[in-house]
Amino acid sequence: MAVAAIRVEGLGKRYRLGDRERYIALRDVLARAVKAPFRRRSGTNGNGQAHIWALRGVNFAVAEGETIGIVGRNGAGKSTLLKILSGITLPSEGSAEVRGRVGSLLEVGTGFHPELTGRENFYFSGSIRGMKRREIDRKFDEIAAFSGVETFLDTPLKHYSTGMQLRLAFSVAAHLEPEVLLVDEVLAVGDLEFQKKCLGKMEEVTRGGRTVLFVSHNMGAIRRICTRGVWLDAGAVRWSGTAAECVDAYTASAEAAAETGGGIFDLRARKDRYGTGAVMLRELRLLNSEMQSRPSVEFGEPFTLVFDFECSRSSPSCFVGLTILSADGASVLGSHHYDTAEMRALLPGSRHTLSCRVDPNLLKPGRYSLQIGVLDYATWECVDLFHSAGDFTVEAGSGRFGRLADARPAYVQPVFEWKWN
Amino acid sequence: MSTKSNPVTEALAVAGGRKPIEATAQPDAHAASVKRIVPPGRFWTLNLKELAGYRELLYFLVWREIKVRYKQTVIGAGWAVIQPVATMLVFTLFFGRLARIPSGGLPYPLFFYSALLPWTYFAGALSGATNSVVENQRVITKVYFPRLLLPLSAVFSGLVDFVIAFVLLAGMALYYRVTPGPWLIFLPVFLLLAMFTAFGAGLWLAALNALYRDVRYVVPFLIQFWLFASPVAYPSTLVPERWRALYGLNPMAGVIDGFRWAVSGENPPSPGLVAASAGAVIVMLVAGLWYFRRVEATVADVV
Repeated sequence: MAVAAIRVEGLGKRYRLGDRERYIALRDVLARAVKAPFRRRSGTNGNGQAHIWALRGVNFAVAEGETIGIVGRNGAGKSTLLKILSGITLPSEGSAEVRGRVGSLLEVGTGFHPELTGRENFYFSGSIRGMKRREIDRKFDEIAAFSGVETFLDTPLKHYSTGMQLRLAFSVAAHLEPEVLLVDEVLAVGDLEFQKKCLGKMEEVTRGGRTVLFVSHNMGAIRRICTRGVWLDAGAVRWSGTAAECVDAYTASAEAAAETGGGIFDLRARKDRYGTGAVMLRELRLLNSEMQSRPSVEFGEPFTLVFDFECSRSSPSCFVGLTILSADGASVLGSHHYDTAEMRALLPGSRHTLSCRVDPNLLKPGRYSLQIGVLDYATWECVDLFHSAGDFTVEAGSGRFGRLADARPAYVQPVFEWKWN
Repeated sequence: MSTKSNPVTEALAVAGGRKPIEATAQPDAHAASVKRIVPPGRFWTLNLKELAGYRELLYFLVWREIKVRYKQTVIGAGWAVIQPVATMLVFTLFFGRLARIPSGGLPYPLFFYSALLPWTYFAGALSGATNSVVENQRVITKVYFPRLLLPLSAVFSGLVDFVIAFVLLAGMALYYRVTPGPWLIFLPVFLLLAMFTAFGAGLWLAALNALYRDVRYVVPFLIQFWLFASPVAYPSTLVPERWRALYGLNPMAGVIDGFRWAVSGENPPSPGLVAASAGAVIVMLVAGLWYFRRVEATVADVV
């Protein structure tokens, strides 16, 4: 029988608004204390500060070896939950029980100091995450190889590029061997290549039988890696079930918030974007063969994707990339704009529209999600990326490709030349 | 490790949501450590076992502090000596030659330096401890480890400078033909007293500094005040007999007096004074631990 690796009961966390003020001075506190007897009691507590419940009444349990994905809008309480489970902060009410050694990946580069060399930071970072020195020694080569910065290990960290620092940081963190792993969107950083590597490592970890709690906005990754999902909304559990169900429920609502009409995805207010932000994607439109924006297209029908973006900082070598993912997170198709259009240097303040005509449409009927991004051609760094900008459906339709199109197993159904001999 | 194919038997009660699935969990058959996370309670505990488990991290914290301090410095270890030596010279001139305070038979440079050595260690460890939590705010909000290690590491990292400066003290003692005697055994005892004082006071200040950021500005003044309240620039015999025990409530009084005696053999400190110092340290340490643990519970939220 499965044993609960993590059990959360009635967990709540309350913050005083203003707790995170830049500067709380002792003299202010003393002044307030002196004034307190003379102040009438208001709806807030004696200090005159309002409270906010970041989490309230959260209950769930995770069996050993399960991978549970936690989704939700920013500010829903996901990071707070992870912090409590790691022991970084204590809850205000309720309790949680965690069985086994806990490793947390809440940020890369924890404990890194720019003056120390890569090797020294390595050891320190491992130690602070709870690895013993012997363990680090043993895994040194493996971690160094994964990070790809072996030749630079003896130079001070301040001479590393951001990318190298990230890789080193993640390698150390990824080679922890805790029984329970808590991961908070660390995979949001770095270039796509690195993100893929991290995801791969994560999958390896989950296959090893560890219990993993994974917070992310990357729906594709959650669908692929997690078995169960929990949707946190404003500090409470709004949905729980299998990962796919949970992601569907969440994206359906997030989309409802984001969409202004069928097939139009307004990205301006979206918070789940990654990247440096030098270029900002404003809108993504899906147009059918008649150039009408629709949330779905027919099987075999060519469709067009239109990208509207705005440049805020000079970007000499950006390109737009698109990946179409299947419902279970597999990358089905991809394309970069420079395959057929020229690269343009983008000037600050300029706005551009780029369209991509997918013709022929080789996708089999089903639900797909769109991962779009602006990346830098030279460094492959993310400038603005959405792991799931929106979803669309390919309907079976009544086209010439046959009625049973959706029964075909493969996602991509190209038209090959078949000939009788 | 159990595989994912085990049937899930967990409860998932959803607040006002859709899928109430009741199930029961089996009693624990594994030997894995269970950590129970609850809101901070009334009584604090000192989880020594946990601290012992993190002793390697303590080593790394100290090592990191020292490495960073000496990287890219030209004078390097010389800094450890310059401060007490310079102060010693100034004191020798003004308090010694000019003011002619009684030094109990010791040559002035030795008189002052043997006091400045533990004092400099204490002042450094105290400021280091005070800032330790705030300086590491990024780390403590991202990873869990016993926060007590932070001020503790400041207390230990000061020892390196102490050892370097001590070499000079030994040289001075030789130069002034001070013969070491059995009293030298007590040197580590008084050093330990200084460490406990720095730790106890450091815990208070570290916690206060994490909560109220202006505490950091009070500390230099506090240290200066403390310097003159301690028998560094003058001997404790200056204090009238009947006030001596009260004076001893300043733990550094015991430390300095004891240190001077352990080095030179002259002027053994009055037992009353040392007892008062030791008592004060214990109280300060216990209170400091209590307060720090209390603040530790929510420090990640406010730092």
